[in-house]
Amino acid sequence: MTDVISTDVVVIGAGPCGLFAIFELGLLDLKCHVIDILDRAGGQCAELYPEKPIYDIPALPTVTGAELTTRLMEQAKPFKPHYHFNQMVTSLEKRGDNDFVLTTDGALEFHCKVVVIAAGGGSFQPKKPPIPGIETYEGTSVFYSVKKMEALRGKDVLIVGGGDSALDWTNNLQPIAKSLTLVHRRDEFRAAPDSVKKMRELVEAGKMQLKIGQVTGLSGADGVLSAATLKGADGAVSEITTNALLPFFGLTMKLGPVADWGLNLTENLIAVDTEKFETSVPGIFAVGDINTYPGKLKLILSGFHEAALMAQQAFRYINPGERLLFQYTTSSTNLQKKLGVN
Amino acid sequence: MAKITFIQHNGTEISASGVAGMTVMETAVKHQVPGIDADCGGACACATCHVYIEPEWKEKVGARNPMEEDMLDFAFDVRDNSRLSCQIKVTDALDGLRVKVPEKQF
Repeated sequence: MTDVISTDVVVIGAGPCGLFAIFELGLLDLKCHVIDILDRAGGQCAELYPEKPIYDIPALPTVTGAELTTRLMEQAKPFKPHYHFNQMVTSLEKRGDNDFVLTTDGALEFHCKVVVIAAGGGSFQPKKPPIPGIETYEGTSVFYSVKKMEALRGKDVLIVGGGDSALDWTNNLQPIAKSLTLVHRRDEFRAAPDSVKKMRELVEAGKMQLKIGQVTGLSGADGVLSAATLKGADGAVSEITTNALLPFFGLTMKLGPVADWGLNLTENLIAVDTEKFETSVPGIFAVGDINTYPGKLKLILSGFHEAALMAQQAFRYINPGERLLFQYTTSSTNLQKKLGVN
Repeated sequence: MAKITFIQHNGTEISASGVAGMTVMETAVKHQVPGIDADCGGACACATCHVYIEPEWKEKVGARNPMEEDMLDFAFDVRDNSRLSCQIKVTDALDGLRVKVPEKQF
């Protein structure tokens, strides 16, 4: 069953520019639903550098990616945005003037008047290690995420990686797998100390194996994996029996379905004007890192500016014929009411 | 100025002049060296600027820092001479540096 949601604006991407777009649209009484492929807001700020300081946000001499995200969400809160995480927008179709339909891989359908693409570097997707032939096993024996644990019951599971995903799945799958091997390139793990401890206990109890090295090759037939080649830290080569390989090498950004939406692209970026930051399709806007125009700078602050101007045109589409009064938050009682401060 | 040579997987060599204080990754990006993706823009947060230091330069370039060591978990085919080029500052002492670019960053 597909759930259908109707709203003024759908914002694709909950990174800093998407979050600030909610605020700017909200000041003009436009309601937003926000969709993001990650499990939380923040985009690159959350995924790539949550703890690293950013030094070029106006009036914030230093702020971490996580803190900037929290503050932007707080700023957008009065406008009651609806967030839809863990969802990728797979299709975007124009049914008429200011009438768009979007669908997600999470079986949601959105009907809206304006679309704002704030997708940054594209959607975050799992890194696929370039092991020769790996693609022939994807979906049958190679999985980059675990959708259903039961599918791995009774399998010879091989997990590769040293972060939280690798260790969490090692500990969770060990009881149901026929055998479980964890491969990591070094005997040190970035994952939470608790889960590392638990894994080491399982190894000591002889319930799973830990091997230090890197997977360099795969063998099998008809999309079914039978073994993986391991190159040990000492250079020694060995084979591991497996019919379920789970590589956890973090995420990378791919443009993804955006490329198929009929928008004019320039070198994988969406071309927009600099008055409204509108794409080649009226009613679809693009703000932040994903857009391009002469002189574009990929800075968070540029995306903020773009969001403010985009909102003006979005208002005109959604309220045709209505006068748009320019107001300051410092002096407008009307805006202050919306913000809940007056 | 320091001349840095990036050796592509197919053997093609691209030389770029690095300015002291910049990183090897920034030098590569500025000269549009293929294979140095640098998704995160130098925050040591993505491991897509992975290079192999040629043996004769390994000592001069120095050792990995702890953050980089963690981040290399996200790289593929990590070897003894693996470094993230965003963590190597160009200095005059590195004039002539030669690094190999992996076939794929991911």
